[in-house]
Amino acid sequence: MNKKDIIICRCEDINLEQIHDLLDQGYTTIEDIKRLLRIGMGPCQGKTCGLLLQQEIARYLKCKTEEVALPKIRPLVTGVKLKAIVEGTKDER
Amino acid sequence: MNANIVIIGAGISGTAIAYYLAAKGMKDIVVVDKGYLTNGATGRCGAGIRQQWATKMNCIMAKKSVEFYEKANQTLKYPGDIEFKQEGYLIVAVTPEEDAQFSKNVELQNSLGIKSRKITKEEAKEIVPHINTDMFISATFCPTDGHINPFKANDAFYQAAKRLGVSFYFHEAVQSIQTVNHKVVSVTTDKHTFETNKVVNAAGGFAHEIGLMAGVPIPVYPEKHEILVTEPIEKIQGPMVMSFGKNLYCQQVPQGSFVMGRGTPGALHNHDIESSWEFLDEMAKTVVAFLPVVGELRVIRQWAGSYNMSPDRQPILGTVDECEGFYVACGFSGHGFMFAPITGLLLSEIILNQPTSIDMTELCMNRFKNQKTIEVEKSVV
Ligand SMILES: Cc1cc2nc3c(=O)[nH]c(=O)nc-3n(C[C@H](O)[C@H](O)[C@H](O)COP(=O)(O)OP(=O)(O)OC[C@H]3O[C@@H](n4cnc5c(N)ncnc54)[C@H](O)[C@@H]3O)c2cc1C
Repeated sequence: MNKKDIIICRCEDINLEQIHDLLDQGYTTIEDIKRLLRIGMGPCQGKTCGLLLQQEIARYLKCKTEEVALPKIRPLVTGVKLKAIVEGTKDER
Repeated sequence: MNANIVIIGAGISGTAIAYYLAAKGMKDIVVVDKGYLTNGATGRCGAGIRQQWATKMNCIMAKKSVEFYEKANQTLKYPGDIEFKQEGYLIVAVTPEEDAQFSKNVELQNSLGIKSRKITKEEAKEIVPHINTDMFISATFCPTDGHINPFKANDAFYQAAKRLGVSFYFHEAVQSIQTVNHKVVSVTTDKHTFETNKVVNAAGGFAHEIGLMAGVPIPVYPEKHEILVTEPIEKIQGPMVMSFGKNLYCQQVPQGSFVMGRGTPGALHNHDIESSWEFLDEMAKTVVAFLPVVGELRVIRQWAGSYNMSPDRQPILGTVDECEGFYVACGFSGHGFMFAPITGLLLSEIILNQPTSIDMTELCMNRFKNQKTIEVEKSVV
């Protein structure tokens, strides 16, 4: 299958070829690749693509998957409307 | 290993300095960073670019940097795009004092060739239709301000510097700087020792610690600033909306998300960069008051980074009296991303003993010794 047709990150529409391009240029950490392609920065926050990317980097570097550091996990766990946060704290203070 | 110069930090300041030095022909330039590319404030910033400042020096530096960024893709021969969106900054005055101060600011900005203007609430609403006009008195607007992708901008300087022969060492922390008779002789990391008589401190939030390694007490401290991003939607907002008085900046970036932040009153002076629910609370209240429709958007991620604060909220650039061969580029106080091009240019001029493009009196570190009263930049969030 053509690498361009293999979608790794559905939120930001990133394919395998784009990832291999960056690996070839020497960007070999998830943190680097995330920042240049926005992979894992969409609504699902890398829940789908994170492990795929980790495996792909491990294959490229010929190391164990667990040796490829995962990116820092940031809140929120799931999307929350700004309005809901305002409503939710209205009666406090 | 020998190096002509070691630059500590591969944030936008470090990569811009490396680029300018290499472009001017300097060889054996080494840049060391303790993390991955753009792990510091540069990759955490709001990435706003504005020329609407209250001090002359900040206006001049911002304007010169905008002129560089407008042509950066070509100048740096970047295969990608730094995504410079120039749709302005709308800065709202929320008190009569701000309203009066903003008139003075615009006068200063105009005298320096910055095309900002004072506008009414009604005019502001034409520029940002969803703004709540009950929240402010008047505003200022400069159409050439905007936003740049910080990862791409730093990558552009990094790639250009690499192409010109600069060596980068990532995941390597500087641990000590050796001096003899107050002159730099070498820099030691956890992996190498570089023999060099020139060091640049471009370590962002860690600039104070790096200074101490060379016996140079730099009057800066790190302060946490938090920020968040929403899900993307179709374009509804061109400019950045900013309020100093109500502590808010909020911009829709080209990819469709809204990026917004505010300072944390009473933040401690330390390296903490964890996200907090208190920020989320206050941020939500502030932004929904100013831009009600933004309340409909889901927050998908929040993070934080360090401002490196200086006493007058202007950067500290150049040589220091305490140590020969030690150069500083720090104290950006929350606006070092937009100043990176001028930072790179000025540091390269100082390091290569060339005449500087702007007078350094108000930027060098010994200004704090010479000045009795310090003019503090007030236009900051
Ligand atoms: C939330 C937030 C919003 C912001 N918004 C804006 C904005 O809208 N516009 C704007 O212009 N600016 C903004 N800023 C400020 C801007 O991010 C910084 O001024 C700018 O990025 C500073 O760049 P730098 O290269 O000097 O520092 P950094 O990007 O912090 O880089 C310093 C580097 O030094 C490295 N380092 C530190 N210690 C060592 C060591 N011992 N050995 C090796 N390496 C080391 C770090 O790993 C880091 O990569 C914001 C900042 C924050 C936190």
